[in-house]
Parts: sequence; structure tokens; C-alpha cells
Amino acid sequence: MADIYISQSAEIAARTVGDETVIISTLDSTVFMLNSVGTAIWSAADGATPLSKIVEERVCPEFEVSPEQALEDAQEFVEKLASHGILQISGAPVSHGASL
Amino acid sequence: MPVSIDLPASKADHSVVIEVGGLPIEVKTEDPAFERLLRNRYGDYVKPVKGDFSLSVTVTDVKGIDPDADTEVWLEADEWKMQRGDFRARWNPAERQGQVWQSANPYSIDAVLRIVHTLMLAQQGGFLLHASSLVRNGKAFLFSGVSGAGKTTMARLAPPDTTLLTDEASYVRKLDGRYVAYGTPFAGELAQPGKDISAPVAALYLLDKAPENRIEKMESAAALQSLLRNILFFAQQPEMVRRVFEAACEFVDAVPVFQLSFYPDQRVWDLIR
Repeated sequence: MADIYISQSAEIAARTVGDETVIISTLDSTVFMLNSVGTAIWSAADGATPLSKIVEERVCPEFEVSPEQALEDAQEFVEKLASHGILQISGAPVSHGASL
Repeated sequence: MPVSIDLPASKADHSVVIEVGGLPIEVKTEDPAFERLLRNRYGDYVKPVKGDFSLSVTVTDVKGIDPDADTEVWLEADEWKMQRGDFRARWNPAERQGQVWQSANPYSIDAVLRIVHTLMLAQQGGFLLHASSLVRNGKAFLFSGVSGAGKTTMARLAPPDTTLLTDEASYVRKLDGRYVAYGTPFAGELAQPGKDISAPVAALYLLDKAPENRIEKMESAAALQSLLRNILFFAQQPEMVRRVFEAACEFVDAVPVFQLSFYPDQRVWDLIR
């Protein structure tokens, strides 16, 4: 599968406390809370790092999960966030915060 | 998409200053009966002071809006526009004034006042919270939660040494780096306005009912999430949402937030001190 790249939307406000993150959509005020795994992925969503590398470097060493399973779960996670407009997914690297 | 607001200007020559949270709004009307209605409804919140802000109310039949339409608030050319099935209004924050077109009822102006106060509070790091609040020993305690969680129940069970600020919409301001809760005339199920006093906020409790009483301090992230879900958001406008988010972050940094599971009898108040 081709690599995907994720970047945080500009249409959000977020705060990470400990290993959890609270995010609000500035478009509709929907509130999300990410657990430690979600926060690890979210904080690395710079638009330049492939999701597979984020999972390899940030998720697998911290959490007991196989790389294949971790990537599958991460893809499902980022697609869910993207469907709410708080994360953007691209097939190629993008500069941080840029529109796709 | 909301329709644009284009209604005739008011020729108001009666006025009432309604002060909530230390912010006095002069409500002007050309209808003397509506002025009396306001004085009766807002009671102790009607003050013999000059209003720092003003709303001109035109009592009229509001047409062109679905009577059951939900509240809509949007920003248009630096002016807030708002409408519901029973009113239209505009609020200019720079000029500190606005206009309302509504029928002769107390509910429309009540809704407009709540919205205008949320807009003003957001500029100052405060907010209206879906919560009851009471003062005990000079400290304000806020009780928030979803409908049915027990906000009004906590107010009903409150012992005699407490004073009700509101059973519906808690008014929170940030003053000199600390949070202060004010009484409001915005009543819920109790149909009773709060006392027009203020006190520093000692704690926020997120409520749920349980077979026995249990109290637990919440972690910041969970507290922030719960707080955000209970802040009254009317204006879905990015800058406003950011301001409220920042206000909520600062609040949970400064005020302890607890999960309060309670059995609905007076003993729960033994935990609130």
C-alpha cells in the first residue's frame, strides 16, 4: 500500500495534557478526545512524515502491537479524524497546515 | 443559510437596564407594556444605572422565519446576527449596541440576552455554562452535566446555608486571574431566578446519579472535554470557538473539577464545602 501523509487541520484548536489530547472543531464545535496512541499519531501529523513511519517510530515502540496491526488501526483512526475535518490526508508530503 | 436581517429601526423611548454579571445592558422599547414585562421578569436584575451596552427592541410580528427554527448566530460584516423562530436580532460589539425584533413575550429577549452575554464573555475569558451554581461559605460551586444529570436536583437539595445563583445557566467571568460566578435571572426547571450576588468559583462538579455518593477529581483532559460539552455555544464561528476553547483550558488549569456521582438526597451536600 502506498504511504499516506497526515497533517493537522487549521480548523481546530487542541490541547495535549499528559498523554491525552482534547481537540475542538472550530467549524462545528465538536469535541474529540484522543488517548495516548491517538495523541502519539496526532502530535506527529506534520504532513511530511509517512503514516507508516509514524506508526513504526511512535506507536510500535510504546505500545505492544504488531506493525501490521498498528498500521491498520492507525489508518482507520486517521480516516475517522479526517471524516470530521480535523485531520487531512494526502498521498504525498505537504507542508504543515497546508490545504490539500 | 440564514436570511439577512433588514427590518425598520426602533423608535424606543422606554428603557430598562438589566445587569447580569456586572454587565449592564439597557433594553429600550417603544412599548410601555413590554417595559413593564421586563421589569417584572428581571426583578432584582433591573438596576438604576446607566447601561454600558444597549439593545433596542421593536415589538412586532416576526415573519419569514419558521416558528420552530433553532437558534442561529452568525457573524456578518463585524456584526453578529441572530435569529430563532420567534426573534431576529443584531449585535454590534464595537458599538456595544444591538437591535431586536420580536413579539411581546419574555422568552425572546431572554434568549437574546443569553447570546449577547456569551459573546461579551468570550472576549473576556468567561462563559455561560449549562450548570446550576450555588454559594456556600462565600464560595461558588458549579454543578454541570447533561440534561437529567441532576443540576436542578442539586439546587433543590441544597441546605439552608446556600444561596442559589442559577439552576440553569452559570455565569462565569475571569477577573484579575480568578474565576467568579454570578447570579443570573436565567431560570430552569426551578422557575426561580438566582440571587444577584457573586462569589469566587471553588469547584466544578460534573454530575451523574448513582446508588451512592462518590466524588473523584478529574484529570485535566477529561475535565476539559466535559467542560467544553457543557459550555453554551451559540456562535459557530471559528474565532469565537477558539476563544471559548482557550477560556475552558484556562479554567481547568485554575479550578478543580470533580466527577460527582450522587444519590439524590441531602447527604450529597455533606461533600460540598
